[in-house]
Amino acid sequence: MSKLVSKEDLLNKINLWDGMTILVAGFLGNGTPEMLIDFILESGIKNLKIIVNDTSYPGKGIARLIEAHRVKNLITTHIGTNPETQKQFNNQELSIEFSPQGTLLERIRAGGSGLGGILTSVGIGTPVEEGKQKIMINEKEYILELPLTGDLSILKARKADSFGNLVYYGTSCNFNPVMSLSGKTVIAQVDEVVEIGELDPNLIATPGILVDYIVQTDK
Amino acid sequence: MDIREFIARRVAKEFKDGEVINVGFGIPLMSTRFISPEITVHIHSENGIIRMGESPELLGLPVDPDITDAGGNYKTILPGGSFFDSLLSFALIRGGHLDTTVLGALQVDEEGNLANWIIPGKLVPGIGGAMDLAVGSNRVIVAMEHTAKGNPKILKQCTLPLTARKKVSLIITEMGVFEITLEGMTLIEISSEVTVTDIQKCTEANFKVSPMLKIMEV
Repeated sequence: MSKLVSKEDLLNKINLWDGMTILVAGFLGNGTPEMLIDFILESGIKNLKIIVNDTSYPGKGIARLIEAHRVKNLITTHIGTNPETQKQFNNQELSIEFSPQGTLLERIRAGGSGLGGILTSVGIGTPVEEGKQKIMINEKEYILELPLTGDLSILKARKADSFGNLVYYGTSCNFNPVMSLSGKTVIAQVDEVVEIGELDPNLIATPGILVDYIVQTDK
Repeated sequence: MDIREFIARRVAKEFKDGEVINVGFGIPLMSTRFISPEITVHIHSENGIIRMGESPELLGLPVDPDITDAGGNYKTILPGGSFFDSLLSFALIRGGHLDTTVLGALQVDEEGNLANWIIPGKLVPGIGGAMDLAVGSNRVIVAMEHTAKGNPKILKQCTLPLTARKKVSLIITEMGVFEITLEGMTLIEISSEVTVTDIQKCTEANFKVSPMLKIMEV
């Protein structure tokens, strides 16, 4: 059964609600599904909790949800390229939990891999360790970082077959594979859709069983 | 020569043949333009690429929007290079697979503590990959202008929230080069334009002067 749907059809197929948690793939907007950002904007949902690497540049990717005041909580690593995020953070419209990038990735992986958490020395001696349990192993101190999951993950890939197997390209891969594990529902926007069997199985980076719906990029 | 270019040229001399390196924005990134043609260095960018090449515009090649650096600028990939997802990219960083990282700093102190991600209440760019790079890389070099608006950036103890504890082992500025070990900080090279007294005046940290002090060459 093909997982390919139109963007308009998605609204009938997917539950969206105010306050839901969404994992948004991408690194400074590269590898972020712009059509699925449109979809979320058009749905009207608000007070979102977003897990994302950074808040991109103005007008690009996740920045558009922040500019539309749809985001209430952010778990992210960096907001330095987006003045609007900094403005909403400073006037307390937006709450932000900053995480080191490798820690954010491992927490998302843990959430999607059945792990109870991860131990890392990154953040020791910095504000990142505040309020977190620390554990000594072989005389080295580690921070216990807890898993992250979401109600929805939105991904971007170069190519998919109709089963939802995904092939990425270049540095647009970034957070996409790990986020495919950790959203209850996973939607991927892809540039090209081929028949089942046409993709080389050796090159598939995200197996289709993790993907619920695919939407093709408007030409 | 522009101060920043002078620092970048000196940084480039730290890279050794075969090293995997990661460079932050500004002066660190600039340093990759001055790497000796005699050596091969593999540039890692945390958004998922090893052996990153120059920008396509510089090389006269078409832009591929799916090949970018960690600032979102269009780049190319060199022969032998590879792409991978962020999870692997940060496993490379945290697992000790990077030889050298060069970062800028807001403050660095005589114990090798680094602060470069937040000025509370003023500037909150965030952490990005800085903590991972500072903790995970085998060697951490800070490359920066010696002072900020005349105020020392090399301190006895950082006053800003830290990025990483006791990880910086070399500081390169336009005035000189400092080595940091468990015994403290030592000036090992000095710019021909300044004296040790000049450096002491704009450095809060205590430092020794190496008996083998050399003139900084770029």
